Amino acid sequence: MYRYDEIDQAVVDQRVAEFRDQTRRYLAGELSEEEFRPLRLRNGLYIQRHAPMLRIAIPYGLLSTRQLRKLAFIARTYDKGYGHFTTRTNLQLNWPELKNVPDILEHLASVQMHAIQTSGNCVRNVTADHMAGIAPDELDDPRPYCEIIRQWSTLNPEFTYLPRKFKIAVTGSPEDRAASEVHDIGLHMKRDANGQIGFTMYVGGGLGRTPIIGQVLREFLPLKDLLSYLEATLRVYNRYGRRDNIHKARIKILVKAVGIEEFRKQVEQEWEESKDFATQLDEAEVERVRAFFNPPPYEKLEDYDAAADKELEFQTWYRYNTRKHKVPGYRAVFVSLKKHGAVPGDMTSEQMEAVADLADAVSFGLVRATHNQNLLLADVKQSDLYKVWGELKRLGLAMPNIGTLTDMIACPGLDFCSLANAGTLNVADAIQKQFDDLDYLYDLGDIEVKMSGCMNACGHHHVGHIGILGVDKHGEEWYQITLGGSVNGFTALGDVIGPSVKQNDVAPTIQRIVEVYRKHREDGERFIETYRRIGLKPFKEHVYATPAAA
Amino acid sequence: MPLLRQRKLVEDEWTTLGEELPPDDVPLIVPFAKFKENPDAFRARKGKLGIRLAPADKVEELAPELPRLSLVVLEFTGPGEGRGYSQAKLLRARYKFAGEVRAAGHVKQDQLYLMARVGIDAFDLSPTEKPEEAIATLDRFKIAYTPGAPLPSITRERFHAS
Repeated sequence: MYRYDEIDQAVVDQRVAEFRDQTRRYLAGELSEEEFRPLRLRNGLYIQRHAPMLRIAIPYGLLSTRQLRKLAFIARTYDKGYGHFTTRTNLQLNWPELKNVPDILEHLASVQMHAIQTSGNCVRNVTADHMAGIAPDELDDPRPYCEIIRQWSTLNPEFTYLPRKFKIAVTGSPEDRAASEVHDIGLHMKRDANGQIGFTMYVGGGLGRTPIIGQVLREFLPLKDLLSYLEATLRVYNRYGRRDNIHKARIKILVKAVGIEEFRKQVEQEWEESKDFATQLDEAEVERVRAFFNPPPYEKLEDYDAAADKELEFQTWYRYNTRKHKVPGYRAVFVSLKKHGAVPGDMTSEQMEAVADLADAVSFGLVRATHNQNLLLADVKQSDLYKVWGELKRLGLAMPNIGTLTDMIACPGLDFCSLANAGTLNVADAIQKQFDDLDYLYDLGDIEVKMSGCMNACGHHHVGHIGILGVDKHGEEWYQITLGGSVNGFTALGDVIGPSVKQNDVAPTIQRIVEVYRKHREDGERFIETYRRIGLKPFKEHVYATPAAA
Repeated sequence: MPLLRQRKLVEDEWTTLGEELPPDDVPLIVPFAKFKENPDAFRARKGKLGIRLAPADKVEELAPELPRLSLVVLEFTGPGEGRGYSQAKLLRARYKFAGEVRAAGHVKQDQLYLMARVGIDAFDLSPTEKPEEAIATLDRFKIAYTPGAPLPSITRERFHAS
């Protein structure tokens, strides 16, 4: 993985010192709340329902075990002994004290981590595909380019006070596991006719209250032009994005307002006219960064069926919680943070430390956070799988539900977030209880359930096969359900099924939705495929045909 | 109001256009909108001329006037206003403006480093700011990722410009 040199280390150290001083001035009354707000936000610090919330960046989801242990230490020392992994591969702490935050940032800097630009109207943590570097279908590892973008965007003087937040995702696979088309900028790796690496650049995607799928800004952007083209795009956005209305300030609104052709014209012109002062990306710098992502020293092994002749429980886990690896003899292993009865994405300090030990023993000392709020041990020998399963089971991290209905994404919701309209955690719990029968769950197959507690859509409900959105109706928590959203190579926004339902009716409603699927599915057809074939109507009819169960 | 220029607190010799036009030789700052109402009158003045840009004003439109200007003032209307950073960058990098580029309005020590890096070299500090602290922030960062206007403290940059 990437290791800081003296430049990277100096940047985070300088930043910690700066924020320590800003916090001191705020606590001494020298900075007003209004003045402190954009400063703390740019260091990942929100003021939430109960306490500040600190969002720590995990760039493109990659963690060393040393870093994971440090996160465990921080969660235990400064919080309540657990953290929450988010869909943008950050770790959120829900209970730190403001006065301790500079110390927390210093601990992070000591292991080459930070919370810089994890919130605020600036370029956020750059994300990638969790299967980066190991996916059989991958064109190239996207992480070196994520790291380059991370550095370019960190404390970038021109783009630190944008109209609104700005999210970039990079994917190296046709199956877009980074959901890049619902980002402000999505970069899909491509090769040109000469085999040169570059990107198809999408712009203006996003969820939130106005969900929009990104459009192609540039069919092929050569790698050497990556930073100069990002600069041109961000400059057009910084100058012309709306600042009068927070809900209309994302780049997607600008692109929609002027149209993609006009927006492209403006970016191209800006790019042409800034060629003699734009930031360059040299081959030497690319090579320097790429070298950190060379494959680990794999053993020369053959693939074999590690699940054969083992008990059914292991076979089930193997099937659901491990994935094919491009190197023979290895598999990628999900560490499930979706145990029934637990909050999706939450992990205790003890679990973090134990997973760090495990990764040291079997996966080259690296751990990945995934877009779906799980962790991944990317490089496990097939012969180690049985041992790994036993250990994960002991830790409560082997729930064999990855890719199933209960591997759902959920934001923290009303229990923690001051923006939320409705709870998500109790709904998640009810759904887990409703679908606790594993055989039934497996019969339903791949279903992505995504839930947000408000229109800001942190839980990506628009792109869930089944999306759940919490809404406030006269002080009561209600839930709007959508069907047919997806990412992963075919980005679509879900359709609203009908009137929203009460909290207690969410799980029974989902039950009815899957009943329709079971009735109509054809051989081997996944939920989303059935939905695309038969459309919304049969689902709507069945769901609203009879009153929901009490 | 203290003006921070070249790391020193100085008296501001400029007058901003009010109801009445000051004598011909007084250095005068004219809001760009006012300037456009009667450009020839301002161009004909003997004294130095400065233009004040609102965040939405286009640097491109000002470009033809730049050779006769000694000062461009960029307005930062609140803590989240960021268009001035791109205006400054374009003034310096694209139009090679060599006069003073001054930040005015919401100008706090916490933004000074960023402002200096896009080429702003004078700061009309917000009244609550402590000038000594503000000056010190210009030396806080020794290393930067992206290329920017030179600062004495910045010894290394990761990336370079064309």
